[in-house]
Amino acid sequence: MLKILKYSFYDLMRSRWSYVYFAFYLLLGVVLLFLNNDLSKAVITLMNVIIVLVPLIGTIFGVMYYYNSKEFTELLLAQPLKRSSIFLGQYLGVALSLSMSLILGLGLPFVCYGLFESSAIWDFSLLLITGTFLTLIFTALAFNIAMSNENKIKGFGYAILLWLFLAVIYDGLFLMTLIMFEDYPLDKLSLIGTMLNPIDLSRTLILLKLDISALLGYTGAVFKQFFGTSFGLIVSFVTLIIWVVLPVLRIVYKSKKKDF
Amino acid sequence: MVTIENLHKKFGKNQVLSGLNLTINEGGIFAVLGPNGSGKTTLIKSVLGMVIPDQGNITVLGENIKKNSEYRHKIDYLPQIANFPSNLKVKELIKMIKDLRAFTNAEVQLIDLFKLEPFLDKKLGTLSGGTKQKVNLVLAFMFDSPLIILDEPTTGLDPISLIRLKDLIQKEKAKGKTILITSHIMSFVEEVSDEIVFLLEGKIYFKGSIQELKTKTNQPDFEHAIASILTDNHA
Repeated sequence: MLKILKYSFYDLMRSRWSYVYFAFYLLLGVVLLFLNNDLSKAVITLMNVIIVLVPLIGTIFGVMYYYNSKEFTELLLAQPLKRSSIFLGQYLGVALSLSMSLILGLGLPFVCYGLFESSAIWDFSLLLITGTFLTLIFTALAFNIAMSNENKIKGFGYAILLWLFLAVIYDGLFLMTLIMFEDYPLDKLSLIGTMLNPIDLSRTLILLKLDISALLGYTGAVFKQFFGTSFGLIVSFVTLIIWVVLPVLRIVYKSKKKDF
Repeated sequence: MVTIENLHKKFGKNQVLSGLNLTINEGGIFAVLGPNGSGKTTLIKSVLGMVIPDQGNITVLGENIKKNSEYRHKIDYLPQIANFPSNLKVKELIKMIKDLRAFTNAEVQLIDLFKLEPFLDKKLGTLSGGTKQKVNLVLAFMFDSPLIILDEPTTGLDPISLIRLKDLIQKEKAKGKTILITSHIMSFVEEVSDEIVFLLEGKIYFKGSIQELKTKTNQPDFEHAIASILTDNHA
């Protein structure tokens, strides 16, 4: 698996898009830190960008890479390699190179800014950790979609729909449910609703860490109570890990059944 | 060498292989023939483990291939359409496959045989179809495995390369290897193969030498013998 990972990673490192993605974060980091000078505001802006953009890029890159490397995959399938290691290697190659663009792109300006002496280091680390989780989750979801759809256009369509649903539509539906049932106690429901969407979960995690739960409004107190404790933090990280593990398991399962 | 028992495969509603049984003994060149869509490629891909059969057993050199990948060390495979990652150079591709599989030096002679030196530093995406097929051949022949599977090996080759390919196949046969070929070029099949396996509607219709086929169909030459099977069965 490591060899496949190595080749997929190199392959992506040579592609222009990895650099564009890296340069984008670099620019964003530099602009926010050096032209703004307010660290907490910079982190919030970064959060808003990361939470929407990372899933989108992860989804698109995942689907695109899978379809583009179809020939390479077929070449590998005839070699004495396990199917699961071929697909996991490719998946990790994409996910890790994207994560690296994110971490280096944002990390470099922060290091130059003097992150290690700043108190925001934990806020910032949390930002990068959730960003990496989102990359792992959405690349895995994208691989799942691509593996289940031979038709590229369909695969792309479903992938974009998935992103749109989790990043935008889910929130709307969630809010509507909360308004419709406002007469009932909704703490549990809203907590579960947040847990079920990795984007919402990441956003809540970061906002609470930044201590601006007031932004969360109605259910802020409930979240604060729950996420604020170490138990809440552990539960949210476990949920994020489950969000990675389940799609990855399905990649392994699907790869064993698929015909090429 | 290869034993296939009761192989079934369906793609959606399309039953491609229906209860195919085949035994291929060690040594010699076997041609798998059949009309379009008769399941030749599916059969080959099943042996390689790229297609998962719905039912049936396949053993290669005594090893059951189900949930196994190690047996592919003993197979060299030439895919039908040479599609390679287009941003890799020929040299890099060869190096990569060697890294993934095993160390070998045989590619030097093969590159020389097919006159590929000028292309080693070119990207695969820029190569012509015939040159890609030569690269494909180098990759397939460089590992010296006891079983060689060639899916349409003649595609895109110029006459001189075709002669070299035939020589190469004969040389491998002389080493006692088993070679499985599919091709639509009947003259090529007639020239190289020792035995033919004719697939029809997902089953083996005929297995034996070309002479036996001619006798069976009462036709003087190979091409007409094949044609007569097809017309008899589709009339």
